Amino acid sequence: MAIQLAINGHSYNVDVEPQTSLLTVLREHLDLTGSKYGCGEGQCGACTVLVDGKPQRSCITRVGTIAQKQITTIEAVANGDQLHPVQQAFLDLGAMQCAYCTSGMIVTAVGLLKKNPQPNEGEIIDFMNGNVCRCGTYPRIVSAIQKAAKMMAESAAAKGAGR
Amino acid sequence: MSEMTLTQVALEPERYELAAAAPYRFDFDRREFFKFLGAGVLVVSALKSAAVAQESGAARQRRGESLPREIDAWLHIGEDGKVTAYTGKVEMGQNIRTSLTQAVAEELHVPLEKIEMVMGDTKLTPFDMGTFGSRTTPTMNLQLRRVAATARDTLLELAAAQWKTDVKHLVAEDGKVLDTKANRSVEYAALTKGQQLARELPEQDPLIPATDWKVAGQSTPKVDGQDFVTGKHRYPSDQKLPDMLYGKVLRPAAFNATLASIDTQKAERTGVTVVRDGNFVGVAAPTSDQAKAAVDAIHAEWKADPQPSSKELFDYLRKNAVQGKDPTGDGDRIDVGDVDKAIAAADHKLQQTYTVAYIAHVPLEPRAALAKWDGDNLTVWTGTQRPFGVRGQLAEAFRIPEDNVRVLMPDTGSGYGGKHTGETAIEAARLARAAKRPVKLVWTREEEFSWAYFRPAGVIDVKAGASADGQVTAWEFHNYNSGSAGIRTYYEVPNQRIVFHETDSPLRQGSYRALAATANHFARESAMDELAHAAKMDSLQFRLRNLKNERLRAVFEAAAKKFGWGQKKIDGQGFGMGGGYEKLGNIATFAEVNVDRKSGDVKVVRVVSAFECGAIVNPDNLRNQIEGSNVMGLGGALFEAIEFDNGKILNGRLSDYRVPRFKDAPVLETVLLDRKDIPSVGAGECPLIGLAPAIANAIFDATGVRLRALPLVPNGLRNDRVADD
Repeated sequence: MAIQLAINGHSYNVDVEPQTSLLTVLREHLDLTGSKYGCGEGQCGACTVLVDGKPQRSCITRVGTIAQKQITTIEAVANGDQLHPVQQAFLDLGAMQCAYCTSGMIVTAVGLLKKNPQPNEGEIIDFMNGNVCRCGTYPRIVSAIQKAAKMMAESAAAKGAGR
Repeated sequence: MSEMTLTQVALEPERYELAAAAPYRFDFDRREFFKFLGAGVLVVSALKSAAVAQESGAARQRRGESLPREIDAWLHIGEDGKVTAYTGKVEMGQNIRTSLTQAVAEELHVPLEKIEMVMGDTKLTPFDMGTFGSRTTPTMNLQLRRVAATARDTLLELAAAQWKTDVKHLVAEDGKVLDTKANRSVEYAALTKGQQLARELPEQDPLIPATDWKVAGQSTPKVDGQDFVTGKHRYPSDQKLPDMLYGKVLRPAAFNATLASIDTQKAERTGVTVVRDGNFVGVAAPTSDQAKAAVDAIHAEWKADPQPSSKELFDYLRKNAVQGKDPTGDGDRIDVGDVDKAIAAADHKLQQTYTVAYIAHVPLEPRAALAKWDGDNLTVWTGTQRPFGVRGQLAEAFRIPEDNVRVLMPDTGSGYGGKHTGETAIEAARLARAAKRPVKLVWTREEEFSWAYFRPAGVIDVKAGASADGQVTAWEFHNYNSGSAGIRTYYEVPNQRIVFHETDSPLRQGSYRALAATANHFARESAMDELAHAAKMDSLQFRLRNLKNERLRAVFEAAAKKFGWGQKKIDGQGFGMGGGYEKLGNIATFAEVNVDRKSGDVKVVRVVSAFECGAIVNPDNLRNQIEGSNVMGLGGALFEAIEFDNGKILNGRLSDYRVPRFKDAPVLETVLLDRKDIPSVGAGECPLIGLAPAIANAIFDATGVRLRALPLVPNGLRNDRVADD
């Protein structure tokens, strides 16, 4: 059965059953392997993608339920060669070790900053708590998200001033 | 104990690191090398025999024999000036791809971005026993620095010959050789052009001392970090080949179960490849969903003998211990003085038992392998800490020569000691052979929990005595099963009896980050705290009273200062410490906890670590490793434990097995002691060992309740226990 999906600004027709998980479609059918399998039950966040701008666990999302929605994966978080401030902040603060969780962390953080551009530390921790980093870089990730928020605010202010 | 003895003890591969198959011998033939690498300058590092014994793991079995000469690293500078360093070590988050690149850049005087590090590919890199035991920095970092320094000196000699000048006027800088007298320079590429020059390491070390480092010793960010933040990097589970199938294995109903009957007809009717080979049953299908559906359609009956449960674990370990004076016969026993007499005469006595549970590694990337056959030649991409070990396992499983097998390890989603073995590689290869197509197999999280192996559980009995003025006079320590890493005490005790007892493990067990050092330090540092309390002495003063090792004293003092040891506490607050010496590093960890007396919730609020591992090779990555050790260690200290019954894991999924999350992470403060006068050693394991006792001692400080089992508070600290005090 063909399902039409809107992923990273492209339209894809995939021949799968509607109950197939979005993660399987991304990784096996579209070779978008930036989203990771970690637990298969929505407990670790490594597979997180944005669905209409909101973080969602792709491993427990059935493709049949999201045919009309805009999906963004880690592969489209950067604007071409220009890294998203969240990606840049993760690099600047070394907020990773093995980095297997990093795609999911970054996508979740991008979702958070869309909803709440200036979160405080407690809000970041609450929002991110469903994402597991087994290497234990949590404090660095919190700092990176704070830094990204600051970078985005400064960049918005600079744009505003330039007008 | 002298420093030398400690070094030897700490670097000996531990029992649970799993001995590799016989070391692979690489005969040094320069023509072969250049055929394969192209022209240029090649420098190889041949290990001296003592180091061979360590790196190959042969020390345990082959003591006293002469060992074959081994090459452990090589570096090639091509005709285009491209620098490629080859090592069998692998990257799984420790950031050694970065620190080893720094080592080469430092000695060779080339920019970081000009260096490629080829790692963990059994066809391209020299034999390496595996990446574990915190050995990359003390061994491979040093070897690659030596190799790069020799390459640099070779290039200087080539330039001197070309210019017919004395090499002492020449310096290497930024990929060039400069003539300081004649104001001329030449690129490395121009020097290597048309050369087929092979060198071995000279006898003397021409290394740059740590005090003069410019690239090493800096906080260089992850060299290929951009590939990770964009999702571009391909981990083992992301590998793909044309015509690839997805594999899935039917798991037995219990550990050690055998097939009684099986019906695969329904699965076969779906058109997938079904393999039945002994107790191995698996399928290969065009999609992972089809593979899963086919396995679900197989009807199998299994038979297994009754097996023990986690409820009776510690009795079981004790009951099944091997009897005898030195049960294992490999020296895991220390007898000094007369312990029984000293305990009888002591003013303060302690007799306690400490336990640790089995815990799971839970690497976020589960085991994965992609296998491809080409006639009798097998290539496998897989996430493993021992590519050469897995090559040996594949060769054995398929009865083919090791030369027919190539194992590649793309940088992997962590290991923590949990990826030493090659079962996924073997399973994928077995299915690929039957399907006559490449097969990828990625374990589910549930498979990872049940069919990998665990950190050993253990029981530790401690008997100790101290004099009225706080001198520890007697120390008896028995470890059942968890292992002998860190079993010796670094406190000065005149009478000691320390024994490791081998026993039967109900679960499959193996390596784990810091391994038995966590259990042994938990028991020792808890017992020291109990003795200090009995002697009515301050915990820090009591430790220092019994500690002569200067490096350990230094980390305890540094951490105490940063922590503000001796400060007043408020209700529910508690402070504690733990520390020690492991894998050549020194750690002291101080913890602040808060215990909610109503709910029994224990929150670790703040952790201060002081760590010293010789000359620091990358300060920010070192901090990252120490922070990560504390966060990961928090799980085993507070709540992680594998529950099992009759051959089944009862909490084998992430929704049932709690790992540390954002909300659990304390404020982490790190003090680094940079000893540029001491060779650099590893940092991935040692920082973990002080945390559990520091937390246990802090909980005692807060509540008066002494907890002697890891995990300490899987269900919080119950009200009655707080009230009991």
